[in-house]
Amino acid sequence: MSTIVSVGIDIGTSTTQVIFSRITLDNTAGYFSAPRISIVAKEVFYRSEVCFTPLRTPQLIDGDAVREIVAREYRLAGLSPQAVDTGAVIITGESARKENAAEVLRKLSDFAGEFVVSTAGPDLESIIAGKGSGAWQYSIENDCSVANLDVGGGTTNIVVFRSGETAAKSCYDIGGRLIRLDRDKVIQYISPAAQKVAQEIGLSLRTGERADVDILRKITGRMASLLAEAVGLKPETPLLSAVRTPGSSLPERTERISRLCFSGGVADCMENSRAGTADEFRFGDIGMLLGRSIREDAALSAVRRVPANETIRATVVGAGTYTTTLSGSTISYSDGIFPLKNVPALKLSYQEQQSFLDGSSEGLYEKCRWFLEQSDTDRMLLAIPGRLDPTWQEIRQMAHGIYQALSRALPEKEPVVVVVEQDIAKALGNAMKQEAAGRRPVAAIDSIRVEAGDFVDIGRPLMDGLVVPVVVKTLLFG
Amino acid sequence: MLDERTIERIAEEVVRRLKESGAFPDAAPAAKEPPPAAEGADLASPEQKAIPLLENAADPEALLRMKKRTTARIGVGRSGPRLNTKTMLTLRADHAKARDAVFADVDPTLISRMGLFTVQTQCDNKDTYLTRPDLGRKLSDDAVRQLREKCISEPDVQIFASDGLSSTAIEANLERILPALTEGLQAKGLKLGTPFFVRFGRVGAEDHVAEVLKAKVVCVLIGERPGLATAESMSAYIVYDAHIGIPEAKRTVVSNIHKDGLTAVEAGAYITEVIEKILQQKKSGVDLVK
Repeated sequence: MSTIVSVGIDIGTSTTQVIFSRITLDNTAGYFSAPRISIVAKEVFYRSEVCFTPLRTPQLIDGDAVREIVAREYRLAGLSPQAVDTGAVIITGESARKENAAEVLRKLSDFAGEFVVSTAGPDLESIIAGKGSGAWQYSIENDCSVANLDVGGGTTNIVVFRSGETAAKSCYDIGGRLIRLDRDKVIQYISPAAQKVAQEIGLSLRTGERADVDILRKITGRMASLLAEAVGLKPETPLLSAVRTPGSSLPERTERISRLCFSGGVADCMENSRAGTADEFRFGDIGMLLGRSIREDAALSAVRRVPANETIRATVVGAGTYTTTLSGSTISYSDGIFPLKNVPALKLSYQEQQSFLDGSSEGLYEKCRWFLEQSDTDRMLLAIPGRLDPTWQEIRQMAHGIYQALSRALPEKEPVVVVVEQDIAKALGNAMKQEAAGRRPVAAIDSIRVEAGDFVDIGRPLMDGLVVPVVVKTLLFG
Repeated sequence: MLDERTIERIAEEVVRRLKESGAFPDAAPAAKEPPPAAEGADLASPEQKAIPLLENAADPEALLRMKKRTTARIGVGRSGPRLNTKTMLTLRADHAKARDAVFADVDPTLISRMGLFTVQTQCDNKDTYLTRPDLGRKLSDDAVRQLREKCISEPDVQIFASDGLSSTAIEANLERILPALTEGLQAKGLKLGTPFFVRFGRVGAEDHVAEVLKAKVVCVLIGERPGLATAESMSAYIVYDAHIGIPEAKRTVVSNIHKDGLTAVEAGAYITEVIEKILQQKKSGVDLVK
């Protein structure tokens, strides 16, 4: 048994949070079987306060101030960056669109330890929040479809899990801080999305004016009904696509949702808004009103509710505990080849891999060269489905074709790495080692699914070298 | 009053005329109806087993997902208190496969294609083999003579195959695992013994083999007693410095080698490393530090 420490850093539109979790690995295979290393426990052992994301201007994140927050949390948790094995830094919500996100990530890079993912993108955030809230686990345990709505400050991230599979994901500019007010309820900020909602229902909102609570209620009521549209509980209106977050997927309409789960800061407001209306503007925004509107929306109330394990911390917990997966336990790699970070994957279909199964490499070489040119990079890995129960001859030919093609296409010294879905990596990797004869490092990793356009991080080997931690990212930022 | 038969006839006539007039196309067969097993379909095949027999499931898709996760016979429905005919026949088919795996002989052309020669234990036939486990652990005098003649002596690793309780397992896996294992061990610079096949063999026969050939490590690839899930499962039993009477605890086992478990080539690569470890530590079984 061994444990690794994972960090989650979430820099959102409105809040910044840090958590640390301990992930326990163990061999779960029987004594008489080949090893099978699995994640047997995950425990969040440190949660930071929820801080407001420091901004230099309304559009720019203050990278240095974020860095200070993160440094302080490491100190409070009693951890040095070197003590952290894996994890993710995520810039989410509206912040991800801000021009300086890449710079902020760079400022944090030395805190992130050796193997921490830095990423962003509304779709990925939706999935991560749905895992952190417990909706994903619930959909597996109860074999049903659950929609998780992470209602934050700037955006609502929606994901639908069908028995653990991601069935749909989307993101909308709906959140608790789209309108901000000062102590005297004078409007300080109106986001473009909030303005669109106001226009549609024929209400006028202007910064510098004292807000009319009834008008704000009408706006949050409309926002709640937009959320019902977004999960298919109401027919879609044109306004919904107008507030869709740029870069997010279109929702899929095929899934009948049997449960709803709410996370994000506004999920807390949903509960608190029951208590009364005394301090509805305590946070200087419309979060409490939106929470109440969601709670009172008829369409949303018609679906059974799953209580969230995490609300405002769903994304950061998801980032810190669910981004790392493990490779299969029979793999093969050259010493010292890992960690590898941000390697773009060339994904081949079952049909496409036929071209080199007989040991020929010309077709694959052309594909690799094209891929390297297209992605303007000099490194890559090959992701293939592999074959079920191959013969040794087939493995040898596969290894030959792959090594010849990739070693020709890649610059000198660049490693030849294959990620294969079928459990054949040890055999394939050993055969590739023989092909390479020490000329370059090689690796074959299995039981990992990679899609076209993904980037892959592979960390240092764990459990006496039996497995490697792997993070597959659908979107790379910066 | 119209009797039922008359009503039926009227209905048929109406449908026929409507069809002729093109008012509606021929009805497609109801999608949820499980396709009837085609003539000669293998009831024991995964495709046939994937078809749920349970009628009116509350959530048919969930049932399919559950069935995908297990080889257990779930979602098979029932007829009164009993199994459906198809379930019963599938069980019989699986059982027949298991019996075949035990009683069949490994195809001799496979043995010769792989360049192996065959020796026998002290059993003369399957009946003796099944009723006298002790004889299945001892090589015949002829076998001992052949091994001394044809095999190199004092190898680092002696690998051989044996039918054990499933000839099917050997036919399914041997051709895939043996070259992976041989090449892997040769690449590590080890002295490999001459491989062969032992008919009517029990695991313990490897102790006799190790004594005769003075092998440091002996490894038998042997068919496992088949169950009703698969008849193709093979295991490798590996011992350091084996001798007749060595405790069973000294055997290192890699089990569940078949296409739905640990695939043969992957097992070959894995066993190569296990054997390397055994040679380094000079011990096997429970003494081996994995």
